[in-house]
Amino acid sequence: MVDSQMVLNGQTFAYTCYAIVIILLMAWFGYQITRKGKGKTVSHKFFYTFVVFLTVLGVSLHIVTYNTIPWAPMDLNRADITADKVFDITVQNHEFQLPSEKLLINVGDKALFDVTSNDLTYGFGLFRSDNSMLFQMQVVPGHRNDILWLFDKPGVYTIRSTEYSGPKGAQMILKDVVVVSER
Amino acid sequence: MSFADTFMNGEKGLFKSSSLTPMQKLVLRFVVIGLIYYGLAVIEGMIMRIYQIEPIAAIPDFQYFAILTAHPLVGIFGSTYSLVFGAFLFVVPYLMKKPLWSIKLGNWTFLLIAIGTLVFWLAGFITHYAPLYTLYWPLPADFTQFDPLGGTFFVVGIALVMLGSVFFVINIFKTIAYTPEGWEKQPSGALLASAIGYSGLRNLFRRSKKQKEHLVSLPVAAVARGSVDVALNAGIILFTGVLILVYMVGHLMGFNLKETTVDALLYKNWFWWGLDLIADGLVLIFVAGTWYLLAMMITGKKLYMQNIARAALLVELIVSWTVWSHHLLSDQAQPGILKIISGEMVTAFELITQGLAFFITLATLWSARPLKMTNELKFLLGGLLGFALAVPAGIMQADIGLNRILHNTQWIVGPHVHVAILVGLTMTLYSVVYILFPIVTNGAKLYSQKLANFHFWAHLIGGIGMGAFMGMAGLEGMLRRTIYLNGEFNLYMILAGICGGLLLLAFLAFFYNIVMSVGLKGVIGIFTPSKLNTKDLVPQTA
Repeated sequence: MVDSQMVLNGQTFAYTCYAIVIILLMAWFGYQITRKGKGKTVSHKFFYTFVVFLTVLGVSLHIVTYNTIPWAPMDLNRADITADKVFDITVQNHEFQLPSEKLLINVGDKALFDVTSNDLTYGFGLFRSDNSMLFQMQVVPGHRNDILWLFDKPGVYTIRSTEYSGPKGAQMILKDVVVVSER
Repeated sequence: MSFADTFMNGEKGLFKSSSLTPMQKLVLRFVVIGLIYYGLAVIEGMIMRIYQIEPIAAIPDFQYFAILTAHPLVGIFGSTYSLVFGAFLFVVPYLMKKPLWSIKLGNWTFLLIAIGTLVFWLAGFITHYAPLYTLYWPLPADFTQFDPLGGTFFVVGIALVMLGSVFFVINIFKTIAYTPEGWEKQPSGALLASAIGYSGLRNLFRRSKKQKEHLVSLPVAAVARGSVDVALNAGIILFTGVLILVYMVGHLMGFNLKETTVDALLYKNWFWWGLDLIADGLVLIFVAGTWYLLAMMITGKKLYMQNIARAALLVELIVSWTVWSHHLLSDQAQPGILKIISGEMVTAFELITQGLAFFITLATLWSARPLKMTNELKFLLGGLLGFALAVPAGIMQADIGLNRILHNTQWIVGPHVHVAILVGLTMTLYSVVYILFPIVTNGAKLYSQKLANFHFWAHLIGGIGMGAFMGMAGLEGMLRRTIYLNGEFNLYMILAGICGGLLLLAFLAFFYNIVMSVGLKGVIGIFTPSKLNTKDLVPQTA
């Protein structure tokens, strides 16, 4: 199954290729405009083709990601999906209060993290042991902040706040508290 | 000339501050202050780059976050606003071939931005007020972490800058519409309608024979439309400042408004709507207009596809009012329909409008081959490349799926924010500085072309490199607005720090080059009153 690491690898590859191409293109352009030209204008057909290309690119990006990134449709439709596990978490005074010492999840489970802030705006993210991010969301006081996630492989994750909430917020970290294991 | 002579009197003694008109002095004041604040922002940036490699013992974490708060504001308001406002207060009357409506008001804009920036910077430096530029409620009301007195100074500083911005907007629109003394009565309403795009819009519904000509040039239209966003943004920020002041005054009087009164999500929507009038509004519109102006000045030719370019500026203005939700894609309570339409779909329009501006500028340059690779041309190409890299990076993060793993990471501030501002925007502004330099200095000569070349390459490589390494760290999970104590991302942060060092060297080379070009006496002379009693932009004999 497509996971966040795979999506990030794909994005890294796609953007790196694009960056190299556009840098080379600009270098080529910079060289060519100092060369003798015939004073011709760029054809209007080329211009309008470019406009169509940009339009298709802008719209298709979201259609492609919606249909390939599994959490995108799940996130928008989460109210209609039954979670296998629900964790009610509270945040107050720069501290996460978990329902239990460890949040235990079985592989294949859809887990719902329902996080409530009683004071400030925080963030809530799960991170792998190599510090890479599994997912995150904002935690806004006075509103429901819930995220549904399908865990398809075993792992141990750290919770940390992903939003600035003053200097104290930088160390809102609960190490290795989410444990996903085979049934 | 000896080194000491050049340092005091400028390259070949060509720059004479006594020959400057009040208008030229006004522009140069903006440039000097803009560059000083840019230097300050670079130094702050370098402190933070070092801190991300190894926290500096002499700087406690609350001071670090105060620097983090002041850094973008000093860069955007203190530096960019100064440079942009100074340039446009000159360019608009220059293109309309009439004097600025009020030089006095222009000087007030200069003073308010310069003083306002200093005040909010001091609020961070002295009182460690550190809400970050987002000012999210209820953060400013969290007085366990922040002193309300510091917050008051901070808000006052921001308010002074916004007042200066309002004065700038008044001056721009008045200059477009007014009738100078001794002139035939100008059609004020029609000029404003052309500048805003209203008459162009009406043309869409008229038969071709009845279509009206554009009364103002395309760059002036760009400045006017960007100024609409400047005005709206000033209103939003001023209101927000007052709101925060209410919380502070309430706290000082013993009332705790912390968890009442204002809905946190509504405030977020409100704030980001206002902030995007800068980030996705005036910046993109001003930049596109500046590219067009530079392309026409460099080539001496008309702009390619002028009417499309004009229409795209209007589309960009409207788009800038409707894209704010891409900042709230990770807010689960934000309605899904807003995320999709405003956050994803409308935001994707920026790829089209900015792509059009990119293409039109390149096509205009292409039609004038062969061109000499002057400083203004190479910096313009650098600016174009910066946005070509940064805009797609932004479109990627404005996606519901990708935002889930990119939001608040270094990806946002690296390849998107810093590449857009440092490479895209700043290199465009440097291009303007290089092209206007002989005009506003009455023919002063640049001290060293070698330094200008070094400035270009060091800035380009440093800016792209720093953004790239920050982005790589972000893709591996490194967050923004936090401190890592155990060197988790040290490799990327060291490389980003080296690139940041290049940016610092680039700036020092540029600053030294400019000071040596006009001389220390010249720099001081810029701030003394002009001896010429004229509203002319440049001396009649120059």
